[in-house]
Amino acid sequence: MKNWIIVGATSAIAEAVCRLWAVRGYRLFLVGRDQSRLDTLGKDYQVRGADAVHSFVMDVNDFDQHAPCWQAAEQQMGRVDGIFIAHGTLPDQSACEESVQQALTEINTNGLSIVSLCTLAANQLQQQGQGTIAVISSVAGDRGRQSNYVYGAAKGIVSIFLEGLRNRLYSKGVQVTTIKPGFVDTPMTADFDKGGPLWASADQVATGIVRAIDRGRNVAYLPWFWWCIMTIIKHIPEFIFKRLSL
Amino acid sequence: MASPYISWGRYPLQEQRGRDYHWLPQQLPEQGPYLPQGNARSYGDSCMLQGGEVLSSRFLRRFIGFDPETGVLRCEAGVTLGDILAVAEPQGWFLPVTPGTKFATVGGAIANDVHGKNHHVAGTFGCHVTQFELLRSDGERKICTPRRNKKWFQATIGGLGLTGFITWAELQLKRVPNSAINAENIKYRNLTEFFALSRESEADYEYTVAWVDCLAAGDHLGRGHFSRGNHARPVQPRVAARERSLSMPLVPPLSLVNQYSLTAFNWLYYHRQHQRVHYQTLHYDPFFYPLDHIHHWNRMYGPKGFLQYQCVIPMDASETAIRELLERIERTGHGSFLAVLKVFGDVSSPGLLSFPRPGTTLALDFPYQGHRTLHLFEQLDEVVVQAGGALYPAKDAHMKAEHFQRFYPNAAKLQALKDPNISSSFWNRVMETSS
Ligand SMILES: Cc1cc2nc3c(=O)[nH]c(=O)nc-3n(C[C@H](O)[C@H](O)[C@H](O)COP(=O)(O)OP(=O)(O)OC[C@H]3O[C@@H](n4cnc5c(N)ncnc54)[C@H](O)[C@@H]3O)c2cc1C
Ligand SMILES: NC(=O)c1ccc[n+]([C@@H]2O[C@H](COP(=O)([O-])OP(=O)(O)OC[C@H]3O[C@@H](n4cnc5c(N)ncnc54)[C@H](OP(=O)(O)O)[C@@H]3O)[C@@H](O)[C@H]2O)c1
Repeated sequence: MKNWIIVGATSAIAEAVCRLWAVRGYRLFLVGRDQSRLDTLGKDYQVRGADAVHSFVMDVNDFDQHAPCWQAAEQQMGRVDGIFIAHGTLPDQSACEESVQQALTEINTNGLSIVSLCTLAANQLQQQGQGTIAVISSVAGDRGRQSNYVYGAAKGIVSIFLEGLRNRLYSKGVQVTTIKPGFVDTPMTADFDKGGPLWASADQVATGIVRAIDRGRNVAYLPWFWWCIMTIIKHIPEFIFKRLSL
Repeated sequence: MASPYISWGRYPLQEQRGRDYHWLPQQLPEQGPYLPQGNARSYGDSCMLQGGEVLSSRFLRRFIGFDPETGVLRCEAGVTLGDILAVAEPQGWFLPVTPGTKFATVGGAIANDVHGKNHHVAGTFGCHVTQFELLRSDGERKICTPRRNKKWFQATIGGLGLTGFITWAELQLKRVPNSAINAENIKYRNLTEFFALSRESEADYEYTVAWVDCLAAGDHLGRGHFSRGNHARPVQPRVAARERSLSMPLVPPLSLVNQYSLTAFNWLYYHRQHQRVHYQTLHYDPFFYPLDHIHHWNRMYGPKGFLQYQCVIPMDASETAIRELLERIERTGHGSFLAVLKVFGDVSSPGLLSFPRPGTTLALDFPYQGHRTLHLFEQLDEVVVQAGGALYPAKDAHMKAEHFQRFYPNAAKLQALKDPNISSSFWNRVMETSS
């Protein structure tokens, strides 16, 4: 039996992951902002075979709710085997440049909320001596670029935080998986032109996520070719990188 | 990823915007023109709108409920036929009707009132739809059933997406003893044998269809493989699905489908089987969806894309007209990779504009070669019109307005119920003269 908390459950990628988990008969505890959407998802997973579906309404920036959320999950499911964190926003970079408040809000949503959730989860799962923490970071967190560095910095927080957590929890039997997708066709990218070989569907990425979690992978670039792209990008010397319009 | 809103034939390319609904829409945009779209598995331009916007339901993929006791299933319009099988098949239920791709959505299957290999016993997809909700651009929502809002029910089934946006639908699935198929593949020598086999198989086989070697001529004209089957018995072991599928990763600069590859393919395919009859118990995937095994196979036709030509000919004219069609194709040397023949039954279709009607349907794929292809189609149209047949809008990119209105005498009734904000490239073309 697998009992998962899914934070950002209304995200298109999280939904595609939950569809796969529902077929396996998992128990799902969905966390999101909109009760009626969570209900819609719950019915779907039930039809697809989920053992049970629960929901919890929370804005991730309401940090005080994080502990009650975990408690509710434990109460509903008896035990938590894993937490999968998928919420996120793609900020308007120029708005973040103009407004400190805007930039900090984005860092909260995409970075600090995850620090809070994962700290809680780590302590609980460490006690249990078992479990998985899987979080969607992004290839954008591998290097700062002028077009998107506030989001990139928040994802950078997530990636490095998870790296440390993995190191800490390795000997405690808790698995930490960092997921780094490239371009995915979801509402987050509704304004982009989506033709072209770099774009993946949420289903493709979800298949990769489920596999990475099953296999206990540390870091998963999805699709895999982003590993090659990011390896090159990370190795461009800074004196050149700063001149590029990326 | 391929650009999501282009039709399957990749011809004609259209300038259009796309909007995805991720949650059931509360209302449609105030500003038209637009067109609902599913997974764009239609071949020509009936799922596209030049100069407008397509409202895609491809992400409306949620089940709303399924009763494993009764087989009644309710889901959002973008749920695919494959999604339904994944849920229903392990519980002993099956699609009552399925086209040759499981990537079609429920909304698309309703709007084209699609048919499958069991048309002669089960009719069209629409025969098994128990209700759906239609959202109109004026904000009105109509629950349509065979009794309630009957006029809208009939206009929307086979209604080409023009009457409004289908948000969700309910279907009656079919109980099957086993989802695997006991299939027989019979090599036959000419068109006359095809009709004999069809007649002989009608009563005892739920599924029938034939692949035709469309390059064979003379005494061999119409030769091919006749495939027929029934669901396996409950005691037979379940057959496992193929794990991996293949993918055509990109569009080659030239069509891989040309005279040479076609000749070789048709010859090899016809002769692949030595014995006259080959028996096999198959998983339902390769039996119903052999083409789905290769993702994006449509790309092999290159950047110019391809067209399908699908017609139905009334039974009494069938043999003569189909012979004539195959001869005309053979004469131009314009072969088709996939040529499919099937005899429809007389179960009446619920839709105002449904394509299936008693007779024989022939479907062929042709790489688009400009004038040459369109000229061939004109010649084929002559035969279809003369025989009192019809062409299938879901596969069409060339039908003339005068022909359409002859094939579909209810077109004016649909026009009257059409949503004022909705249109399609197809509709604009075939209703030219009357609007
Ligand atoms: C390999 C292959 C094999 C096929 N075999 C068969 C076959 O055997 N028999 C057969 O009948 N067809 C067959 N087809 C055609 C296909 O089944 C139909 O074109 C089907 O309608 C495609 O569904 P779709 O979801 O992709 O819809 P689309 O192609 O996107 O749209 C089809 C129509 O449905 C309308 N529509 C879509 N969603 C909605 C909605 N939510 N509300 C209102 N209208 C909507 C669109 O406006 C359009 O008019 C085949 C196609 C392929 C690619
Ligand atoms: N799409 C891409 O190209 C891409 C690439 C790399 C990484 N990612 C990452 O993948 C993850 C999933 O994104 P997606 O592509 O699936 O996009 P999505 O469908 O837009 O999902 C984003 C989700 O985050 C939720 N969310 C945002 N702010 C929230 C808040 N304050 N409290 C609670 N929930 C909040 C949204 O909830 P509501 O429904 O309530 O708005 C939404 O469900 C994100 O972490 C994203 O950064 C995406």
